[in-house]
Amino acid sequence: MIWTLAPILIPLTSALLAMAARGHPHMVRAIGVTGAILLCGAGFGLLWAVENQGVIVLQAGNWPAPVGISLVADLLSALMVTITGIISLAVAIYSLRDVNRNLLKSHYFALFHFLLLGVNGAFLTGDLFNLFVWFEVMLLSSFVLITMEGKRQQLEGGVKYLVINLVASALFLSGIGILYGKLGTLNMADIALRLANTPDAFLINSSSILLLVAFAIKAGMFPFFFWLPASYHTPQVAISALFAGLLTKVGVYALIRSYTLLFNSQFAVMQDVLIVLAGATMITGVFGAATQFEIRKILSFHIVSQIGYMIMGLAIGSALALAAAVFYILHHIIVKTNLFLVGGLIMRKCGTSDLARTGGLYKWAPGLALLFFIPAFSLGGIPPLSGFWAKFSVIQAGLEAEHYALVAAALLVGVLTLYSMIKIWAEAFLKAKPMDSRAPAENAPGPNLHWTLVVPCVILALLTVWIGLAGAPLLNLALATSEQLLNPEIYIEAVLNPPIAHYEK
Amino acid sequence: MPAAPLLQIATRYLAPILAVLSLLVLYRGHNLPGGGFIGGLLLAAAILLVAIAEGWDVVNKKLPVDPLTLLTLGLGIALLSGLPSLFFGQPYLTGQWLPGLELPIIGKVKLGTPIVFDLGVYFAVTGFTLKCANAFAEES
Amino acid sequence: METLIAILIGTLFAGGIYCMLRRSIMKVVIGLMLLSQAANLLVFTSGGLTAQGPVFLSSAETGSTLAQADPLPQALVLTAIVIGFGVIIFSLSLLLKAHQAVGSDDINAFNKTDQVS
Repeated sequence: MIWTLAPILIPLTSALLAMAARGHPHMVRAIGVTGAILLCGAGFGLLWAVENQGVIVLQAGNWPAPVGISLVADLLSALMVTITGIISLAVAIYSLRDVNRNLLKSHYFALFHFLLLGVNGAFLTGDLFNLFVWFEVMLLSSFVLITMEGKRQQLEGGVKYLVINLVASALFLSGIGILYGKLGTLNMADIALRLANTPDAFLINSSSILLLVAFAIKAGMFPFFFWLPASYHTPQVAISALFAGLLTKVGVYALIRSYTLLFNSQFAVMQDVLIVLAGATMITGVFGAATQFEIRKILSFHIVSQIGYMIMGLAIGSALALAAAVFYILHHIIVKTNLFLVGGLIMRKCGTSDLARTGGLYKWAPGLALLFFIPAFSLGGIPPLSGFWAKFSVIQAGLEAEHYALVAAALLVGVLTLYSMIKIWAEAFLKAKPMDSRAPAENAPGPNLHWTLVVPCVILALLTVWIGLAGAPLLNLALATSEQLLNPEIYIEAVLNPPIAHYEK
Repeated sequence: MPAAPLLQIATRYLAPILAVLSLLVLYRGHNLPGGGFIGGLLLAAAILLVAIAEGWDVVNKKLPVDPLTLLTLGLGIALLSGLPSLFFGQPYLTGQWLPGLELPIIGKVKLGTPIVFDLGVYFAVTGFTLKCANAFAEES
Repeated sequence: METLIAILIGTLFAGGIYCMLRRSIMKVVIGLMLLSQAANLLVFTSGGLTAQGPVFLSSAETGSTLAQADPLPQALVLTAIVIGFGVIIFSLSLLLKAHQAVGSDDINAFNKTDQVS
């Protein structure tokens, strides 16, 4: 029970402590990093507990299931919370040097932990309205984080990010309203149970489409992805790495939950829509990236294209496909965060993020080249790195289910992803640095990188390599997860009929 | 910022009444309309009234705590109010009540962790509202 | 009554979307407010609009024949309004800052982050 609570209480406590200690830079930093370490530990604890005990349910306030709010940790939630912990630790360490001193002194770490609170809450909640509340917690802190420095680009990107996400929230809320009016319950397990026995599909599909659009906006899916590349490259590197790793994946998580649990009975109706969206998301994302010459913009567009692979796994819906989607999410969160962090290092060394003006890094910083090589070529799907297995399992699932068009799109997108990564590689590392008389400061290599900037990248790169070379345990875990997802009765049973001993005083 | 004298005089009476009313609303909130959120808004309204009548300098000087500290404190209290139930082996946030007291004049008094939680909300809402209003006042 | 509210919700949604498609950023915020109000009203109506009956007791227990409103959507709406309150305050302050930084009220001037560098 304590394990379901810890991933929510730890970030909340750290955020409050960080707020109380504002103005004392050393204390704030210590609190920020300690909180992230504890969160990482709590994530592994939760995963361990769920593996041993099955689905863990906590009825907040001791109100029994359909009435109160349940916190539910099944394997998918536990895996997501664990990976959130790992990413938060890496980004927290990276922030120590990367984030502007004034922001660190004020509210950076408080908002950082509020964001994690929202993310973990969204992963753990078993109540649809509560999911909305956690989404808003997450969104509000991300709004503030993205516009914190107050530069023009951040404000512009922030406006787009804010408006489209608020529209998504309104749609989400409307979907909840219609669903509640129809069923009279908000508990996700209860909704799934009742929808399975409801013959009137019309009202169900309307609310399911509303939720689909809302989550698709948050996940950055086609055709709702424009806000993502317009805003993710503007804030400081640590912030954009955190966003790139976690935020869109919360949307993907919500989609997986919706279509394996909530609307499981209506999955066949939505499958075609999901398949088309998945293909279109992959292709538009990767073509968008091909036209860009700003490192973080390229990477942002690649978030969009990679989201397509995850949705593809969900859309196919077989056991292997769902396992592939889960595996893909885990691999992608690690690799994408790492790429944004390394992108920040490239910007530090070259003094610019414009690929036309970078160069010569292979000579200046060979270590950095290796550090970029691992996540970049993992993203491109080169064996034996983690991305290869992720893509391989998605494509194999597609072949087994005979979705050949989707498989062809996935293969094409894989090649184009590699093209983008090679573009960054060639422009930033191989080619000689163009000497610019207007910006002489950029002509010499930047200052040596502090260890707090390098260590997180190294850890994440090692994780990528480890998943690639010895990823069998993780793949088995993903398979067990998809087993749970395909049998929603396990989840429903655990939430609605908890063991009686739970209620004894 | 000089304001209308009428407003200043009215504020002198209104603000304390609002502040006391906010406490009343906070206390009755568990079973009757009211609660921490509405109480907090009432308290914030009282303070905002003073800010409009006398200016923000006066409020900032008189307010014993900074709005942000109030917000942190409130959230902290709400967080802690859920913990006692863990000692009794019950899920987080389960309400724990003291035995009811019979007091003269006031009548029956029931105290428990839900009221503590509401108190946290009360402070958090007051702090948040004041912080927002303050930020806007500084910008314009 | 429900029909009337349904029309009102539709009008609010339409008005919100219309405002959001305008070029002035201030109108965009007004559109956001309308949208969130529309969603709130929708949730509120989902519990039924009948009043005047006790909530937790069945009509057999009270002897009342009045239909009863569901209290949960009202609690949900309160939460949603609180969240909307915070979000709208933040968007107003953001737009104020963005307006100063960009120097224009026209959403078409907010194009710096979309250009291919």
